[in-house]
Amino acid sequence: MSLIVSAIGQGLLWGVLGIGLFLTFRILDFPDMTVEGTFPMGAAIAAAMITHGYSPIVATLCAFVGGAIAGLITGLLYTKAKIPVLLSGILVMTAAYSVNLRIMGAANLSLLGKGNLLNAKIFQGLPNYFNSVFLGLIVITIVTVAVIYFLQTDLGQAFIATGDNENMAQSLGINTDTMKCLGVSVSNGVIALGGALVAQNNGYSDVNMGIGIIVVALASIIIGEVVFGNLTMNQRLVAVTLGSILYRFVLLIVLQLGFNANDLNLISSIILALCMSLPAFKDKFNLMHILKRGLDRNE
Amino acid sequence: MNKPLFQLKDVVKTVHPNGGQPLNILDHVSIDIYPGDFITILGSNGAGKSTFFNVIGGNLPITSGQLLLNGKDITKTSVEKRTQFLSRVFQDPKLGTAPRMTVAENLLLAEKRGEKRFLKPRHLRREMGKYKQITSQLHNHLSDRLDTPTGNLSGGQRQTLSFLMATIKRPEMLLLDEHTAALDPNTSSELMTLTNRTIKEQQLTCLMITHHLDDALKYGNRLLVLNQGQIEADVRGAEKQALTKQDLYHFFDPTN
Repeated sequence: MSLIVSAIGQGLLWGVLGIGLFLTFRILDFPDMTVEGTFPMGAAIAAAMITHGYSPIVATLCAFVGGAIAGLITGLLYTKAKIPVLLSGILVMTAAYSVNLRIMGAANLSLLGKGNLLNAKIFQGLPNYFNSVFLGLIVITIVTVAVIYFLQTDLGQAFIATGDNENMAQSLGINTDTMKCLGVSVSNGVIALGGALVAQNNGYSDVNMGIGIIVVALASIIIGEVVFGNLTMNQRLVAVTLGSILYRFVLLIVLQLGFNANDLNLISSIILALCMSLPAFKDKFNLMHILKRGLDRNE
Repeated sequence: MNKPLFQLKDVVKTVHPNGGQPLNILDHVSIDIYPGDFITILGSNGAGKSTFFNVIGGNLPITSGQLLLNGKDITKTSVEKRTQFLSRVFQDPKLGTAPRMTVAENLLLAEKRGEKRFLKPRHLRREMGKYKQITSQLHNHLSDRLDTPTGNLSGGQRQTLSFLMATIKRPEMLLLDEHTAALDPNTSSELMTLTNRTIKEQQLTCLMITHHLDDALKYGNRLLVLNQGQIEADVRGAEKQALTKQDLYHFFDPTN
């Protein structure tokens, strides 16, 4: 039971990451590698500030700002310096590694015994692991509602149009460079926020905790899409969180099968590869047809 | 006559093909465009028609010369800023609309062409009645599909939408780049009729590139022939009305 609750809590916290990546990967339609640097940056900023006695809320908000600045740099390298977006992301991600070490002053930083968002007063008295579920619910609701609101504004619509048809967006007077910078910046801010939360949930921050993060965040997005199918934009954002929770369940099962935590990156990649190749195989082996027939017979 | 709306003054655009001689794809082009002009533009491939539009739209910086809007120099004005007075329809239906956004969302975006966009709620529902009315101008069921992503529309519907988007907020100048070329003859002539009617009703200033000699003769009050980056002919008024296809063939091949 507590394993399931913990998985839901983690799914909610990591869902923040999925939503952050959704802004670039799905809406702007490009892969942003910066996240591998901004996720541990969020963790580093939060951990460093909390150990220096700042309030966890301030530390978490500063993590968002730090990630947003790193994202903005990627955006500027891409739009102004005309460096391909993949390389821009890798440059900032690599640079962030050193920055994160500077921020923490060490390769990892423990939060044991320090106050953080998860042991805040309002969560005390809850059964084990329920604090992460509640905190996750609060944060994911705020982030999702904020993104949905943003996408329904004139600016948000211009942002979607930039990713959908850049040429058209320009011909309607939308400054697409500004939109891209805005998108990458906010996206990485949200991802750093996720990093700050995960570090507080784990009780430590580690400079290597960003490795493979992009796969984890993509997995939330893709699992949500594969499981829930055709949705409107707003529904898709909620599907990301549900996808993130499902992904945690899959990992839970895998761990129960006897794999250990070191295998998780391999398993995450395999899961993502399977999910992403599903549409291709669907046509090839007529998968949907076979599934349907199997279901019909049962009934 | 009245003052020109838009002027090109001795505009040169030089390109340097890989290893080749520098080439003037626009070669000292000067033209005055007057309010209400409907100019059809002919020219063989490589004559500089698209360059001409890209220079006006700001997509291509010019090598030398000057662009004036109402007498004001806009040579250095960005593409985004120029959309305040300018709108365009491209040949490829895919270029003019955002495929994952619905018809209504596309129209809403276009209605704010050239304006600053803020964190203000978009109020899409409020505008639906108006969009229904605008899209029912052609009988191609576009008005029944306001909530459909434009990627699911036919080429004809998408191109109609592109045109409606270009005119939903009245542009001071409208550039049509072979906007009916990718459509079947029927759809093409329907859209051309709508184009002509809209230009008349809204008294738009319009430049239209076309390969249809018939359209070039039938529509507009002025006809340009571009050749090798230069304006070969600029025929207007009664003289343009009297032009025949034979005359046009002559422009392209003087021996004919």
